[in-house]
Amino acid sequence: MSQATLRVQKISGHAGSVPGEDTQREYTVCKLIDTTTCIGCKACEVACMEWNDLPFGETVFDNTYQTMPETRWNYWNLILFNEHVREEDGSLMWLMRKNQCMHCAEPGCLAACPADGAIIQYTNGIVDFQQANCIGCGYCITGCPFDIPKMNPKTHRVFKCTLCTDRVSEGLEPACIKSCPTGCLHFGTKDDMLDLAGKRAKQLREHSHFPNAGVYDPPGVGGTGVIYVLHDATKPEIYGGLPKDPHVPWTVKLWKGPLKWLGNVAMVGGLIGLFVHYLRYGPKAREEEDINPGGKP
Amino acid sequence: MSTSEQIIPHGHVLRYALKERLTHWVAAVAYLYLLATGLAFWSPWLFWVAVILGGAPVSRMLHPWAGLIFFAAVWNMYVMWAPQMKHTDVDKAWWKAVRYYSTNQDDKMPPAGRYNAGQKFLFWGFFWSAVALLATGVVLWFPEYIPWNLRFLRYISVLIHPAAALFTVGLFLIHVYMGVFAERGAFGSVIRGDVSIAFAKRYHPGWYKEIVGQSSTPRK
Repeated sequence: MSQATLRVQKISGHAGSVPGEDTQREYTVCKLIDTTTCIGCKACEVACMEWNDLPFGETVFDNTYQTMPETRWNYWNLILFNEHVREEDGSLMWLMRKNQCMHCAEPGCLAACPADGAIIQYTNGIVDFQQANCIGCGYCITGCPFDIPKMNPKTHRVFKCTLCTDRVSEGLEPACIKSCPTGCLHFGTKDDMLDLAGKRAKQLREHSHFPNAGVYDPPGVGGTGVIYVLHDATKPEIYGGLPKDPHVPWTVKLWKGPLKWLGNVAMVGGLIGLFVHYLRYGPKAREEEDINPGGKP
Repeated sequence: MSTSEQIIPHGHVLRYALKERLTHWVAAVAYLYLLATGLAFWSPWLFWVAVILGGAPVSRMLHPWAGLIFFAAVWNMYVMWAPQMKHTDVDKAWWKAVRYYSTNQDDKMPPAGRYNAGQKFLFWGFFWSAVALLATGVVLWFPEYIPWNLRFLRYISVLIHPAAALFTVGLFLIHVYMGVFAERGAFGSVIRGDVSIAFAKRYHPGWYKEIVGQSSTPRK
């Protein structure tokens, strides 16, 4: 375990330092999803359920290729489907995007979580929920700009994609990556994946008539451990509502930042102030004086 | 308030009827639990408080229910006291002289009624905070059922709930300080119900005049 704990660089609701803080690390891991070569086969969905031993849930048919409207507490990987008409030439595009936890470098879920050790970020960048420490408050749901954490209504514990941290720590790639038949999923270091994604986007721009092709690695959350290649990086919304400029909600930042600081100063200051007031002025009157006005026995 | 059958010791007058005392203590016990568990969720340094109180998941489960009890008690206070908490000209003068009040020069204060202006501020502060805490607390109780396109409700709730709670902590600290330490006799009054005539004359002369004028057989 000592090696595993050393790999922890952020812990939710934690007082003091964390074991992996300030340790050296050569790379963070990253999943690359090339939406331009995804055929929506959902092999990754099945592989995710298989590896993580999640039950087959009921699907919701809506006359499209959509399996269900959104991820669930026990369904962490979902292809989002959208029929998009291109403005340029009126042609139809079938957009498929594999949706799961983005493993943000600055995770809003972790920032919002009050439970010590319920959410941790490893030094390799993986953000993982520790359900044993989860208290079921749902603050992570509020902190996440991607609508990913989902609560088990029965146990009140929150779940999401682990980026197969158990596989990655053994030197394997995540289950979804292994299952992809078109090779649209890649796994490696963040630098390698950014390089690969950049080359693919360049290819799309120069040879495939997608002048707006680009890489989705939103800076608002410090970059993500899951990046996309999009045909049109200027309109991420058309890919199943991928937010254009995701960031941790400013109210969450204000709550966990200045409000916390101000509140603590005010509470401690108030206690000290009242104590000093009592030392200086004391009680308004003694009870004895009330019983015997004037102090006569 | 003076219709109780309770036996009042000589030289004392009834200040809080049993119903008022009960309501106060229901609110107080609920508030102390809410404060303890709320502070545990507020700061990692105080997370151990929730552990002592049966574990953080239990605290998370019971905090909203304690909130409902607290709100019910505050609502009962509103029903009982709202007419007595109206702002008057005496209160305006009281706020102008508040520096004398805070430095124990009570003889320089305008004659307060049953509640002085500070107590009225405390009441309305707690009342409106309780309303805000209830509204945002319901959102925080069931965040997973707030649809994605209404997520702003969660965003404002995580900010307003702790802000309103902090405001009540300020009110609470002053309330406990005044009731337990500064005004000797006040703490007993919310337990036993009565205060000495000297207490009534010193802190609430307007109220004392009122109850003496009301009673058919003048008290000594």
